[in-house]
Amino acid sequence: MNQAPAPTHLLPPTTGTSRLLEAWHTESHPADLTEHLNRHGPPPRIGASLIEVVEQAGLTGRGGAGFPTGRKMRSVAGRGRRAVVVANGMESEPASRKDRLLLGVAPHLVLDGALLAAQAVGAHQVHLCVPRTSTEQLRELAAAVDERRMAAIDPLPVILHAAPHGYVTSESTALVHWLNGGPARPLSTPPRTSEKGVRGRPTLVQNVETLAHIALIARHGPDWFRQAGTADMPGTTLVTMTGTVRSPGVLEIEPGTTVGQLLQGLGGVPEPLQAVLLGGFAGTWLPVDQALGLGFSRSGLASAGATPGAGVVIALPHDACGLAETARMLTYLAANGAQQCGPCLFGLPAVAADFTALADGHADADLLSRLRRRVGLLPGRGACSHPDGAARLAASALTTFADDVEQHLHRGHCERPSVLSVPRATRMNEWR
Amino acid sequence: MTDALTLRIDRVACTGHGQCAELLPELITLDEWGYPVLHDTAIPANLRAHARRAIRACPRLALHADPTAARSDSSSQAAVTTTSSTR
Repeated sequence: MNQAPAPTHLLPPTTGTSRLLEAWHTESHPADLTEHLNRHGPPPRIGASLIEVVEQAGLTGRGGAGFPTGRKMRSVAGRGRRAVVVANGMESEPASRKDRLLLGVAPHLVLDGALLAAQAVGAHQVHLCVPRTSTEQLRELAAAVDERRMAAIDPLPVILHAAPHGYVTSESTALVHWLNGGPARPLSTPPRTSEKGVRGRPTLVQNVETLAHIALIARHGPDWFRQAGTADMPGTTLVTMTGTVRSPGVLEIEPGTTVGQLLQGLGGVPEPLQAVLLGGFAGTWLPVDQALGLGFSRSGLASAGATPGAGVVIALPHDACGLAETARMLTYLAANGAQQCGPCLFGLPAVAADFTALADGHADADLLSRLRRRVGLLPGRGACSHPDGAARLAASALTTFADDVEQHLHRGHCERPSVLSVPRATRMNEWR
Repeated sequence: MTDALTLRIDRVACTGHGQCAELLPELITLDEWGYPVLHDTAIPANLRAHARRAIRACPRLALHADPTAARSDSSSQAAVTTTSSTR
């Protein structure tokens, strides 16, 4: 659960344009407010018309769900009441580093976007939430917020929060729950946060990368934004490359760039791969041969049953055991549920235990059918989509590593070493 | 009364008492831990009275019937990160 520092191994993207990370690539140091304003100019006074501009740009959320940002803004603005904006920098996906990097190198792009979004939806407050475990990041962001206050460039304040860090605490209703004084556990919907969020007000919760794109769209317009990316996912997007790649790190890519190109982007891979996990721990395993030619975008991955998630690619080498890696991830996910709904209290721990028995070569005769049934009963039965993500991971592993499943059922443990970085599966106890 | 109704379970409130599955087995069964599995969210007209009884019987008040139309615009907006990312 500890956040690693911002990756230092950053090479220019293999294809397309660098927008969010352009200053970082050219200057190699984080942009303070003066440098930010020199490069981008002051945030335009565009008000509520920003919503239409964002809709025309076709921006989609970069936090994982990919919901159209303009539609979400309109839903919040349309309530006719003072609203609240929450900038979500929690980045709970264990393999993702892109929000940490972006907030580290271009904090004012994110803050610009949050403030522009706030003015567009009629918000009187902006809350920026980052993990409280990330002390260095909190210090940097406090300095950035102070710079803006001293310069008096913003019409409303940004309040920085050190929120409890856990897998589900970044979920939008969990953050709102916590900002309202409760535990950072997801809430049942309805009501949605867009209707009733922080202090009962209509609340726009956006991932920090999404907000940074808004800052650029407000300045350069929707046509400029659409010059990069695909029709369904315009613009650029940040991707964290990890696992067996030469230089793990964050790339800014144009959606549609193939998975194969992404893997070449950071100095290539040091050894042959057998599979990739797309989207993160709640993502989809695919055999590497199937994945290489797929475009990394919502539509590009849909044919293979995958999504970009929060922009994560995890590369698994040929000699690793995909089942053992998946078992460790599921055990982590099971420990990190909010322990509120049936699937998280019982289903997910049972699936993790079954999967571990399979990977360890201790499967009983009924294991596979039981596991499939239990995985099938996870989706759509929690207040949030935590069980759905775990089910996607488990089901795609059973398909992608089908040969290994047979081997483990009949010959037992394969003795291959663990290679991927999975946080320890300790139950979260700090929810407030 | 003629409006279509959609069955919804408040998953946080539900603690797996199981009354709903006894009173509305056509739409709800239980998993191996006693938590409800909703087989169809649309309540057919002939099951309306049974659904109402099940809703009243839930000791956690976790079972609800919403007007179908009102739910449709917001149902796609489950903006959930993972974690995300950002969760």
